[in-house]
Amino acid sequence: MTTQLNSSFRGTQDLPKWLSPTLLVSFFLASFGLQVLLASDSDSVEINFIPVAIFGLLGFTVALYVISRVIEGVRKATDRLVTIMVSTAFSLALIPLLSLAYTVVTKGVARFDAEFFTFSMRNVVGEGGGALHAIIGTIEITGIATLISVPIGIMAAIYLVEYGRGTVARLVTFFVDVMTGVPSIVAGLFAYALFVIFFGPGVRMGLGGAIALSLLMIPVVIRATEEMLKIVPNELREAAYALGVPKWLTVLKVVLPTSLAGIATGIMIAIARVIGETAPLLLIAGFTASMNYNLFDERMMTLPVFVYTSYANQGVDMQAYLDRAWAGALTLMLIVMVLNLVARLISKYFSPKG
Amino acid sequence: MTDTKPRAVRRLGDIVFANLAFFAGVSILATLATVAAFLFAQSVPAFTGPPIDAASEGFFSYVLPFVFGTVYASVIGLAIATPLAIGIALYISHFANRRFAQVLGYAVDLLAAIPSVVYGLWGILVLAPFLSPTFNWLNENLGWIPIFAGQVSATGRTMLTVGIVLAIMVLPIMAALIREIFLQTPRLHEEAALALGATRWEMIKMAVLPFGRPGIISAAMLGLGRALGETMAVAMVLSPAAVVSFAVLTSTNSNTIAANIALQFPEAGGNYTNLLIATGLVLFAITMVVNMVARWVISRRAEFSGAN
Amino acid sequence: MNNILKLGALAAVSTLVLAGCAANEDVAETPTSAAETPTEAVVELAGTLNGSGASSMAAGQEAWIAAFQIANPGVTVNYDPTGSGTGRAQFMEGATSFTGSDSYWKDEELLEAFPSCEPGTMPWEFPIWISPIAIIFNLDGVSSLNMDGATVAGIFAGEITMWNDSAIAASNPGVALPELEITAVHRSDESGTSKNFTDYLAKVAENVWTVGAIEAWPVEYGGEGAQGTSGVVSAVTGGNGTIGYADASRAGDLGTVAVKVGTDYVSYSAEAAAAVVDASPLVEGRESYDLATKIDRNTTASGAYPIVLVSYLMGCNDYVDDAQAELVRAWASFLVSEEGQNAAAASAGNAPISAGLRAKAQAIIDAIK
Repeated sequence: MTTQLNSSFRGTQDLPKWLSPTLLVSFFLASFGLQVLLASDSDSVEINFIPVAIFGLLGFTVALYVISRVIEGVRKATDRLVTIMVSTAFSLALIPLLSLAYTVVTKGVARFDAEFFTFSMRNVVGEGGGALHAIIGTIEITGIATLISVPIGIMAAIYLVEYGRGTVARLVTFFVDVMTGVPSIVAGLFAYALFVIFFGPGVRMGLGGAIALSLLMIPVVIRATEEMLKIVPNELREAAYALGVPKWLTVLKVVLPTSLAGIATGIMIAIARVIGETAPLLLIAGFTASMNYNLFDERMMTLPVFVYTSYANQGVDMQAYLDRAWAGALTLMLIVMVLNLVARLISKYFSPKG
Repeated sequence: MTDTKPRAVRRLGDIVFANLAFFAGVSILATLATVAAFLFAQSVPAFTGPPIDAASEGFFSYVLPFVFGTVYASVIGLAIATPLAIGIALYISHFANRRFAQVLGYAVDLLAAIPSVVYGLWGILVLAPFLSPTFNWLNENLGWIPIFAGQVSATGRTMLTVGIVLAIMVLPIMAALIREIFLQTPRLHEEAALALGATRWEMIKMAVLPFGRPGIISAAMLGLGRALGETMAVAMVLSPAAVVSFAVLTSTNSNTIAANIALQFPEAGGNYTNLLIATGLVLFAITMVVNMVARWVISRRAEFSGAN
Repeated sequence: MNNILKLGALAAVSTLVLAGCAANEDVAETPTSAAETPTEAVVELAGTLNGSGASSMAAGQEAWIAAFQIANPGVTVNYDPTGSGTGRAQFMEGATSFTGSDSYWKDEELLEAFPSCEPGTMPWEFPIWISPIAIIFNLDGVSSLNMDGATVAGIFAGEITMWNDSAIAASNPGVALPELEITAVHRSDESGTSKNFTDYLAKVAENVWTVGAIEAWPVEYGGEGAQGTSGVVSAVTGGNGTIGYADASRAGDLGTVAVKVGTDYVSYSAEAAAAVVDASPLVEGRESYDLATKIDRNTTASGAYPIVLVSYLMGCNDYVDDAQAELVRAWASFLVSEEGQNAAAASAGNAPISAGLRAKAQAIIDAIK
């Protein structure tokens, strides 16, 4: 026992606070210097920043771990190592995010004007026009898809967690996983085939798009809700039962509100997942340049289809089409940001405190 | 006095609610059965009708490169995304300070807001040119490793780029879900570990990760599903060829099933459409097999559920 | 509670703002000048006309629809750029009244039933969209190159691999060609552009390009695959030493190839493209209302550019619904008219059809019942 204590507490001092950042900077500089040396050897003048970053980080990690292990001990050293790894993971994820956001914002700003939000593309050729028809279409179709998916998804999750025991529940769980793998184009083809049975060939309807999207949303809602419901401690349920509350009221009033934050996040993830889907909407909701508010009649334009067709079918004035495509992408991003904010507000104000 | 257990009181509300939940669950099965039936019905003409040019050597030799491409791209994507997602979730829940964490969480959720078409555009216009020099470097210096061998693509639109794009697409979903789960770790467990003198990492290892493991696997399944079915981004970014290829830096990459359907469907006429839907059915089967394997791996450990 | 009310108010206001009609659709559409109205629009046309098909003419259809709807405010025309195959399939299901297609009716397709048409009648087709396919490349400091058919075929078949190859240098004296590998970009999706381009390669260089006119690129020839014309243009722009083929209207700043026709090297142009269509024979064994054309890729007519994409407009000779027949007559007449073709050329970059073709097409249109 004493030996163990000795080896793990061999280091009793903490590393000075300035050591870690200094090491980081010096290793990056060293790696950069090394790359410059190598580059001056060969012909190419290009300094490739990715190897610089990788080697700098590796060198820093190894150095800090060794120093920390010698001075502070194994446990602290491992802790530092994990901190580096986690921070790296986070920064790594931020880079593409920043790049994407930067690309979309800088390219989308060109057409981010009043005309874009108040015009449709009816009778517009080349420059000008707007995406109002696409924005309304996206909001309507995604709204209906959410209205269909959320109740079904939450109830199915409740079934899986609270009621399901036995074969049916196992089958449902398994097939929800399978459902997450349905490609969006297959969902679109399925919705189209379904509507053809009722309405004949060549049918184009906003509602069909909503059905295709809900096919893609439901598994996400179920999975997220299921995980959140499972986390609610059993003691809460038992306490409610002990007070004589029937099961259904327990679920509605105790379990669901406790997991509300997570469920709201799950729904928001599901909406974000489907709001940008192009392939199914192109097949069943169709392509149009005019306004259409009616989900049950004729073609309805949506933002992802707008973005894709503006990019793919450019005319002679290529820049005008590209500008509209990026402005549409920016609008889509903003819509989801707003929804995200709404989800967070809901979870902040409605979930129980403490 | 009987020895039987007293029967629980069944109120109307209970009956209604329980049945509603049951029907919701069953409707999932019904929907999927309908989708499967649709896929079967539409695939049959591909096998019984006149031979199709594209599948001149039989259906399985046609679909094999796509099966390989689908699995390969998803594996690369998940391999990159899972550790990153866990890392991000850990960082937001345990390493960053409270207010900063909220903003960070919001920022990562933003990635989920970006439509797949934009990922495709960004992949072609920004990521591929950026990675191209790195690919050249990898090919020159590490070309002896089989996956880095071959003739490097001049535009950077390779399987590795697609894997990275898929990873970035899948990341926010996984990170958001795992973050919510980590945030729900019982504080008592965490505090107890810290009180016993554990470092932050040890506390995470003892209290947070075991608690979150089923959730992490669920999130990974969600991410895998998304990666397997991703259509537009792969169709736009990948430079495909009808071969089975392990090399990730070349121009001749195996395409995925979903992307192939998206690419060929507009021009496909007659039986070719049915052939493409038959490949969709194969994707369905792949998803089932992969999920079966994953569920089997999970079931070997007891699942933690508060509702036990 | 206050916060909920605030949120609700915000939501309501934004809904009202968004639900407002599009500013450009409130105003009643009136023809802006007499010169823009088709001279036949005497009767007030009304109704909805649905079509789908090739995405190659999508930009052109936008221009046509806009002009037609302005001249005939009671009509709404919809064109889904779903692709030629899907377009023909939908027409054969009776879902659309007209379709645009990159390839003419196949013989087996003509044997099927056409629900939009009176039973026993056949559909018509004629070329409506002529678009030159440019061979684009990205090479520092070079904006134009001369190549003959065999060289082009060799590049895309993967046999000529370096830019400073003797075959390219021979026809371009004085141009500094770098020692750089050629990356040939092709279409990863099946497309009429690929088919027309490879048809050209197969006809002019059959010993080099041995696979004929294909839509799906053979694996052995290698090269990069990109989705859609936009994808090919992005790929060529994004790499150095890349070469590809795409609709000429999208060539932009990229370098283009002048191909050898007879003894000269011809660059793409609208007149050159239209010339080739006129010089080509019709497909044999078709009725008089079927103007399917076999493009003569080996043409030696001076100033003709043989790499063209010809898309067809297809419809019924005798519609089940007479109202649709009236709409289609007006619509098709506008499409083949000089102002229609020029309107499309201005915003979509196609080559207007010749007067001879216009006369033949108009005769078919006039016979629509």
